[in-house]
Amino acid sequence: MRITQGCFSFLPDLTDAQISAQVQYCISQGWALGVEFTDDPHPRNTYWEMWGLPMFDLADAAGVVQEINACRKAHPEDYVRINAFDNTHGWETVRMSFLVNRPKVEKPLTLVRSEGQGRNQIYAMR
Amino acid sequence: MDREARIDLAADYAASGIGDVLDALDRELVGLKPVKLRIRQIAALLLVEKARERYGLGAGAPTLHMSFTGNPGTGKTTVALRMAELLHKLGYIRRNHLVSVTRDDLVGQYIGHTAPKTKEVLKRAMGGVLFIDEAYYLYRPENERDYGQEAIEILLQVMENQRDDLVVILAGYAERMETFFRSNPGFRSRVAHHVDFPDYENDELLAIAEKMLEGQHYHFSESARGAFADYIAARKAQPHFANARSIRNALDRARLRQANRHFEAGMPLTIDDLATFEAEDIRASRVFNGGV
Repeated sequence: MRITQGCFSFLPDLTDAQISAQVQYCISQGWALGVEFTDDPHPRNTYWEMWGLPMFDLADAAGVVQEINACRKAHPEDYVRINAFDNTHGWETVRMSFLVNRPKVEKPLTLVRSEGQGRNQIYAMR
Repeated sequence: MDREARIDLAADYAASGIGDVLDALDRELVGLKPVKLRIRQIAALLLVEKARERYGLGAGAPTLHMSFTGNPGTGKTTVALRMAELLHKLGYIRRNHLVSVTRDDLVGQYIGHTAPKTKEVLKRAMGGVLFIDEAYYLYRPENERDYGQEAIEILLQVMENQRDDLVVILAGYAERMETFFRSNPGFRSRVAHHVDFPDYENDELLAIAEKMLEGQHYHFSESARGAFADYIAARKAQPHFANARSIRNALDRARLRQANRHFEAGMPLTIDDLATFEAEDIRASRVFNGGV
């Protein structure tokens, strides 16, 4: 099952040139870029592992692309994403986030239904 | 391929806007004839290379790493900044930026600290120019466990594999750079252009001094100019002479004395007084009494 998460997730996977262009856009906006990876892409899992520290003072996308490639090489069967953090006052949040790597075979998420108090139906994604 | 095509290099030259950079180089930097000539040659080579590429004659991404050698204060950093601008206008680097580092920025303090530190700097410089001042400090042969070697290896790897992402300029004093290259042959073969910065002549130093003063809205009186020419001759004979940098320091001290002179005189001043250096401001220097 194809996980859709973050920007561009309903588009085909971005090519390296497209990733580089998006990263360059983030840099031009003055956002700090972080690379993260995980083997658990559940939408409620917000704790992805950081790949190195976020990059604050780069001028060109080549530095970020280098880190993306290093992360992909180390974790080819994990999900890898880019977070672009905007530190301007009033935003102070991730402005853009997109996947740059996914495993060849993605594990499906299934819907689990169980019965709670008073025959209440409880749904969960596993 | 169209063999009959006529290639108008003059038009390419005008379109690239490097004329402005080269003119500014001529205008703003005094002397340095051989350096300016070398930079013109490099610019011409790169311009022709771009034209060749357009017609399918490209020889692959040229190696652009350079070494700038010369004594202190001969304008290596200033020229490196211009070089970044030039390469950017010619389209060989993507951003017009220069990251200037020394050994401290590249080499770590304990095992495992160097590689991330060097990579961090390289990432920051990507797309532009990395200027390594006093590059020979990276290599310390007297200590075989020095972490500099690790930084050198990472640098060499990036210089080879990411030639279109980064241009590295190594700078330092001529003799020590020579030793550095001899003990790290990998560097010599990866550096395409060696530019040697000559020392300035006395009259060039005087011209530099006047240019610096102009920027600060000062000028020499007639007698002060003569005094400063004497100062240059005297200072040059002393140790630790750092060309333009020594001149700048001398002018800073002269400013101090000029301000003090006006303050102690306690008389009303004209605007011209505020902007003029007199001979006594220069002559009071320790250099004339044999001091440094």
